[in-house]
Amino acid sequence: MSDVQTHEPDDHESAYSGLLVNDAHWAFGTDFEDPLAGVDTTVPDGVDAKALAAYCLMLGDDALVLSQRLAEWCSNAPDLEEDIALANIALDLLGQARLLLARAAAADPDLVPALPEGSPVPDEDRLAFFRNDAQFRNVRLTELPNGDFAETIARVLLFSTWRLAVFERLSHSRDAVLAAVAAKGAKELTYHRDFAGRWFVTLARGTEESRRRLVHGLGEIWPLWPELFETHDVEHVVAKAGVGVDPAEVAAEVEVVIEQVLAASGVDRPQRGGLAGVQGRKGRDGGHTEHLSRVLTEMQVTARAHPQGQW
Amino acid sequence: MVIAVLHREEVLARAWAAASRVVDPELPMLTLLDLGVLRDVGLEGAGGVVAAITPTYSGCPAMATMRDDLVRSLQAAGFDDVRVRVQLDPAWTTDWITPTGRAALTAAGISAPGPAPYRDGPVVLQLTPTRRSLRCPRCASSEVELTSEFGSTACKAMYQCQRCLEPFDHVKEI
Repeated sequence: MSDVQTHEPDDHESAYSGLLVNDAHWAFGTDFEDPLAGVDTTVPDGVDAKALAAYCLMLGDDALVLSQRLAEWCSNAPDLEEDIALANIALDLLGQARLLLARAAAADPDLVPALPEGSPVPDEDRLAFFRNDAQFRNVRLTELPNGDFAETIARVLLFSTWRLAVFERLSHSRDAVLAAVAAKGAKELTYHRDFAGRWFVTLARGTEESRRRLVHGLGEIWPLWPELFETHDVEHVVAKAGVGVDPAEVAAEVEVVIEQVLAASGVDRPQRGGLAGVQGRKGRDGGHTEHLSRVLTEMQVTARAHPQGQW
Repeated sequence: MVIAVLHREEVLARAWAAASRVVDPELPMLTLLDLGVLRDVGLEGAGGVVAAITPTYSGCPAMATMRDDLVRSLQAAGFDDVRVRVQLDPAWTTDWITPTGRAALTAAGISAPGPAPYRDGPVVLQLTPTRRSLRCPRCASSEVELTSEFGSTACKAMYQCQRCLEPFDHVKEI
């Protein structure tokens, strides 16, 4: 009989007592597990599997890249509580990314980079660690460097407001996997948006310096905001098939929320136009700023050094 | 035939018992059943067992450990062929934590969640701190203050009791 199930009454003096009594489960590690184990990943009738996969990649890459950026705050945030909060948000987004990349791989196995025979690296990790910047489909807003805490808060507010609106609609997707991932993710994003919204108001109404930084940070990221509402061909196809969301449709609703925060903060909308793409290509086409390749280098270097690695 | 049916029910009960003993790796005072993560245990084929689990949060790092623990507990109970499947729908909610689970949390100094928010239509932005009516799990004072909506694990918020000054975790409603 395994000793994992039984445990001694807790010694309340030590926060670790419950863990140390039964540490057998940690010894087994957390080896590769399919996040969609046993989930039916059949593509619904009448849906182009490649378009569905490309769409999952877009939403998955948004979450993956911003998660990596937010994780850079770990041990660097202004105080411990905000450090933990940003790490928690990063973790939620990483979980969403993992599910979405796994769903992309299941819908279109051709997307998954090939590795040497016998490599144990699962599909979602191959997509995360073995694609180059031009193969990423995230919006450019997620890849910018963090800036200061105020700029990070402004970005989390914009991103989570947009994503929550998309996910609420996506929870009715004809693709059962996407619907479930979105329904779950919407609950998480509600916390992210509230967190960022409260900090946005706090910084705006705090000191002269905190307000200056917030207004500056919002202005820095504003040119990348319109890109989130531009309907890409893939989004158009999946929305028409009833599995995805046309981001142009959430624009009005998102606007109401952002206006609410700006009004409560006494901050004006920045007067800056959108950043053009390179030869017409933006994030969803794989056209990125130079910052993406740098953040990917750090994120991918270990996995690429050990393509046969097991963690 | 009747004997076969009875036997099957007995086997299923044994599988449920073995799966129900497994505790959460990060909240070891709570079984996966009390946490609402263990959704189903069933028999398949000749002697196979399949357990269904629902993640608390998308990025919950404990999922793989939960799976391993379920497999080992069921194997220890004599089931060789064990499969754990992920059930994503419906999404996990703190409303699934059982009364036993809530009592175990409180006894361990962790404040149990209130009812999960009911949503109808677009989620409303909340610019003021979430109001919860909580009591300090140590001294039962209701004078508690929210320190952060995010805590030591994805599922918890941090509070401090204003009477005994003890900080404590609250499992947040989701």
